[in-house]
Amino acid sequence: MGGSATRSAAREVILTLVVAAILIAAMPLLIGTYTLTVLVIYGMLGLSLGLIWGFGGILCFGQAAFFGLGAYIYAISAVNIGESTLPMILAVLLTAGFALLLGAMMFYGRLTDVYLGVITLVVTLILFKFINSTAGPQYVIGEARLGGFNGIPGFQTLNVPGDPGAYIWGDALYYVCAVALVIVFLLVTWLLRSSFGRIAVGIRENETRMALMGYDVAARKTVLFAIGAAIAGLAGALFASWAEIVTPTLFSLGQSAEIIIWCIVGGLGTRLGPVVGAAGLAYLEFVLGQQSMIDNTLIMGLVLVIFVLFLPRGLVPAIASLWQGSVGAFGRRRPVRRMRRARHG
Amino acid sequence: MDISFVILVEMLYAVASLVLISAGLAVVFGMMKVINLAHGEFMMMGGYATITAVGLGVNVFVAMLVIAPLIVGLIGLVVERLVIRHLYGRLVDTMLATWGLSLMFIGLATMIFGNTTTGISTPIAGFAVGDYQINGYNFFIIVVAILLVIALYALFRGTRAGLIARGTMQRSDMAAALGYSPDRIYMATFFCGSALSGLAGAILAPLVGLVPTSGGAYIAKAFITVIAGGPSLIAGLVSSATTFGFVSQVFTFAISPVIGEVALLIAAVILLRAMPQGITSRFFRGKL
Repeated sequence: MGGSATRSAAREVILTLVVAAILIAAMPLLIGTYTLTVLVIYGMLGLSLGLIWGFGGILCFGQAAFFGLGAYIYAISAVNIGESTLPMILAVLLTAGFALLLGAMMFYGRLTDVYLGVITLVVTLILFKFINSTAGPQYVIGEARLGGFNGIPGFQTLNVPGDPGAYIWGDALYYVCAVALVIVFLLVTWLLRSSFGRIAVGIRENETRMALMGYDVAARKTVLFAIGAAIAGLAGALFASWAEIVTPTLFSLGQSAEIIIWCIVGGLGTRLGPVVGAAGLAYLEFVLGQQSMIDNTLIMGLVLVIFVLFLPRGLVPAIASLWQGSVGAFGRRRPVRRMRRARHG
Repeated sequence: MDISFVILVEMLYAVASLVLISAGLAVVFGMMKVINLAHGEFMMMGGYATITAVGLGVNVFVAMLVIAPLIVGLIGLVVERLVIRHLYGRLVDTMLATWGLSLMFIGLATMIFGNTTTGISTPIAGFAVGDYQINGYNFFIIVVAILLVIALYALFRGTRAGLIARGTMQRSDMAAALGYSPDRIYMATFFCGSALSGLAGAILAPLVGLVPTSGGAYIAKAFITVIAGGPSLIAGLVSSATTFGFVSQVFTFAISPVIGEVALLIAAVILLRAMPQGITSRFFRGKL
């Protein structure tokens, strides 16, 4: 059993790498790398919420807070330090640290579903309002002016570690982001296969039972929350490097809403779903943005309503079950699907 | 002396506007356990209904107090029949679906009214208190909020319809066994909640420039107020609106409006951390 599990894990990693390599090489033929880069970054952001919501059962209404925080930390420290390696690391670690504090406050307070939603929403709003009001010259961190609504432009973008003159941009930035996404994806896969990940799924399914079995539910949820935030922070830092400016809209409610829509459309409880949902919908929005007949927001709203009503499990699980149904041999495994989905995506 | 009167009025106004903003959401959440994230957009549509009606020559008070609630209530009715009806009992799904609806309404309003700011002037003139100028419209909002709370209480406590509604919310199966249709009662409740949202949006419309995305400014505050209020509908609404209105005004006068807003949000976080089920889970228990 143990041997076959390891073997299937190794096979999955190889499959992931092969598919990813083909996609990374082939996609630039279809879409420009400038657009692709941001799709990849959004994919990573989607994955961050997909991890904590789909596998941990934590519905965070403020994933955009961590995204924006990562971007701002990167921008501020890049202005002060003048290169990008340390700011990248800071963006991930400080965001995770912030989430650790916030998560500890929420989960040790035994807050659940709606109340959790309110707190994360409120924290996002606080950040949004605060950053928006920092237009005055007194709001300075080191050499970086926070700039209020105008944001922070003109910071050091991503460079080759150790050589601040060698910028990574254009095609190269796309490849860096894509590889980063694959690495994060594999790390998430590994995390979910580990006992930590299985216990996280157990907590999602039945929190009381896991607590009675002796697991420290609050601590585990806090750590999972922080890991999700770290991924969002990394996505934020990469986004800052791509956009070359950070503005308070990164913290906006609309941004948070979009991340949730990506997860729902792609499929909760899968690793691939949020990534596909994020990249797909962001691309759809990009395409729709080029026409002015129908308002973009209207279509995104319609997509969300339709998915909640008719396809609440999302695209990826629906396609997977269609596939299994058509193959037939796997069609009768319904009762175990939930656990299978949790483990294999 | 004058300044303390001004501050008192501003405090009452802050509480009253929170009550108004949250009432529609509170009815829908408190009675049906449905969180309507399109609530802000219902308010936005109430505002547009008022402005359009006034533009067509209707008296501004008729437009605000009759036309806007009716129109938004009817929109709410359609939404309930088409979407929300299918999602009762699934809290997170209703939140997501109504969030989608809110995006749709923003998109529709942008297509119809354009992405520009519109507004009407306040129909009540201001007056001076000593050295200070007070907006007379603030008193109107305070009065409407008080009347609204009294009317809600009278409706739920005093009338047969209110009794049936409360009974259905507690045990819908028993209500059904006694011959009342829960489906219809939910429908009526959602109509009332939407109409209240429309009313709030209409009344606040003269104070703000209206854009299709105006709803976003209200939904977070309404959401926080209702959740922090807890299980009792009216007691929760009034107590949490009072707390938040008071806190935000104290910090607004002491420091700045932005800090006042942030203080409100931080107060919400602390309050929920201390009382995870809302204020009325600890105080005013069992009240309506």
